[in-house]
Amino acid sequence: MLPGFVVAVAAGAASGEWMWRVTSYHVDPERFHVNTGVVFRKRLALRRERIRSVDLTADPVLRMLGVVTVRVGTGEHAGTEGTVTLWPVRQESADALRGTLLAHAARPDGPGAEDAGDGMLARVDRRWIRFAPLSFLSPTLGGAAAGGTLQVADWFGMQVRVVETVGSWFGVAPALLVSAALAVGLLLVGGVATVAIWVEYWWNHTLDRRPDGTLQVQRGLLTTRSISLEESRLRGVEVVEPLAARLAGGARVDAVATGLATSEEDKTDSRTLLPVAPKEVADRVAADVLREPSTPPTAAQLTPHPPAARGRRLRRAFGTVLAAEAVLVVLGLLLTPVLLHVAWISALVLVPLAVLLALDAYRALGHTLTGIYLVARSGTVRRATVALQRRAVVGWTVRQSVLQRRAGLITVVATTAAGRGAYAVRDAAQQDGLTLADAAVPGLLRPFLVGADLPERVLPPG
Amino acid sequence: MTAPTVDESPGPALRLRPPRHAVDPRAVGWWSLQLWLLTAVPVVPLGVLGLLIAPARPWLLLPAVVLAAVGALAALTLPRLWFRHHRWEVTDEAVYTRTGWFFQEWRVAPLSRVQTVDTGRGPLEQRFGLATLTVTTASAKGAVKVEGLDAETAAALAADLTVATQATPEDAT
Repeated sequence: MLPGFVVAVAAGAASGEWMWRVTSYHVDPERFHVNTGVVFRKRLALRRERIRSVDLTADPVLRMLGVVTVRVGTGEHAGTEGTVTLWPVRQESADALRGTLLAHAARPDGPGAEDAGDGMLARVDRRWIRFAPLSFLSPTLGGAAAGGTLQVADWFGMQVRVVETVGSWFGVAPALLVSAALAVGLLLVGGVATVAIWVEYWWNHTLDRRPDGTLQVQRGLLTTRSISLEESRLRGVEVVEPLAARLAGGARVDAVATGLATSEEDKTDSRTLLPVAPKEVADRVAADVLREPSTPPTAAQLTPHPPAARGRRLRRAFGTVLAAEAVLVVLGLLLTPVLLHVAWISALVLVPLAVLLALDAYRALGHTLTGIYLVARSGTVRRATVALQRRAVVGWTVRQSVLQRRAGLITVVATTAAGRGAYAVRDAAQQDGLTLADAAVPGLLRPFLVGADLPERVLPPG
Repeated sequence: MTAPTVDESPGPALRLRPPRHAVDPRAVGWWSLQLWLLTAVPVVPLGVLGLLIAPARPWLLLPAVVLAAVGALAALTLPRLWFRHHRWEVTDEAVYTRTGWFFQEWRVAPLSRVQTVDTGRGPLEQRFGLATLTVTTASAKGAVKVEGLDAETAAALAADLTVATQATPEDAT
């Protein structure tokens, strides 16, 4: 009898070989053809002008063999139908294929035409690694490490001993101190893991503008990725400042583009043009990506939202804390007074925290219009400033609850084919929000607006 | 260039006017039936079990009664409110709807950016002779839906809209 794994490896190798033999592709002037399938023969033909992305990925084994995985996407929203994966393809053939398939994106002045904006827009700086542990991944991975340790100990029947060992530490020093030390230890472990992930993802990162009219992100230590984005699909950028990174002065730049992967697991990563970097760098890269001369629209002066929006945020924050405390108090009254102590101690921490977050969320709010962009900012845990091309707005959704109406606030959402599909201006003053929507896309909202304060018509029809 | 600031002058505030058309009055019955069915889903099993299992009776019948009361209240009041607030309008340039009562929502989609126009009829809608018109744009989150239209009106509208959107060829993204 052969050992099972020999059979498995042989079968895997044979099926791989077979797949490779039956898979072929060629490019004709109209379409990109792929023939594949062992049992069910499949012929795919993607229209070349529909192809929006060609991404190359290579894990360490593929890199050793000098081959890559090619993913050709049409950006259709309909799930996997719009994506074709070829694997493995020689590095040189893959580069040539990408050149051919994305040639239609080239600027009208001809491929190869030099442009002042061409060349490298950003390159990762190793010092940015300091932002890596400032992520929610750190505590998550720390917790996972603790869980993993217990799990492994359980396999060897030692879980009880691990728990007892940790428990015995509490006898040595005050409980609070031991808990704090444990938490710090887990955070450290999580931080190290997050740094490792950052290195694997962002090592050798570069962002280039190529003469064929694409933006190209290259990155990766072990698994290398090369992601191209046609500039003609770019509808704006989003400068994202997660809370911890923001406190350290960092920000990330995401592309807002049509036809990027929307259903795959790495959808955030495939949009990220620049990992968390110092805010000035992020602003400069945002400006370069949009071909703005100096300051990007995301750094424009924003119109603040009325104080009523702050009141809403404070009330919401108090409400959330109150609901959590109410549960504790009710359970405390019914079961044990210990929970009552937990309630007032946690309230001492949570109430100021909630107030700080609410005030910060209010400070984040703002909107404006620049020449061709609609700019909106919101969020505290994930503060995001989006600059969306006004011509990319394909509709409006205006929301107002009874409470908002009483406070004179309104939420205006621009819907678009790009990025997340909708970008909101939250809790603007009613007059400001509607004026903004009316001015951003002249003529669209105007027929449905009434009121004495109707501003001058921005654009004559036709 | 910055957005205009608040105009301090007195007068009615700038606002969105209601769309021109109300939905079909039969929508009230349709919404009520939906709410009654939604209420029945938890209440009937709770009630039946409560009648069968004597020891747990108060624990099953009490939530059943509470849920039934809330459901009945909703089914009797909400559809009328909705009927007053759900409105729609189609102009030469855009589709415009208003929905919701507590959370009001206005949606506008320009015809030049419309990608698909569908009408759909669920089993309940068919009983009431109603249909739902869905207009989608290139945005995954920008669909405009008009519920509770008379089925024939909806079909005619869909046909008109399809013609109108074909007449404005523009890159929909």
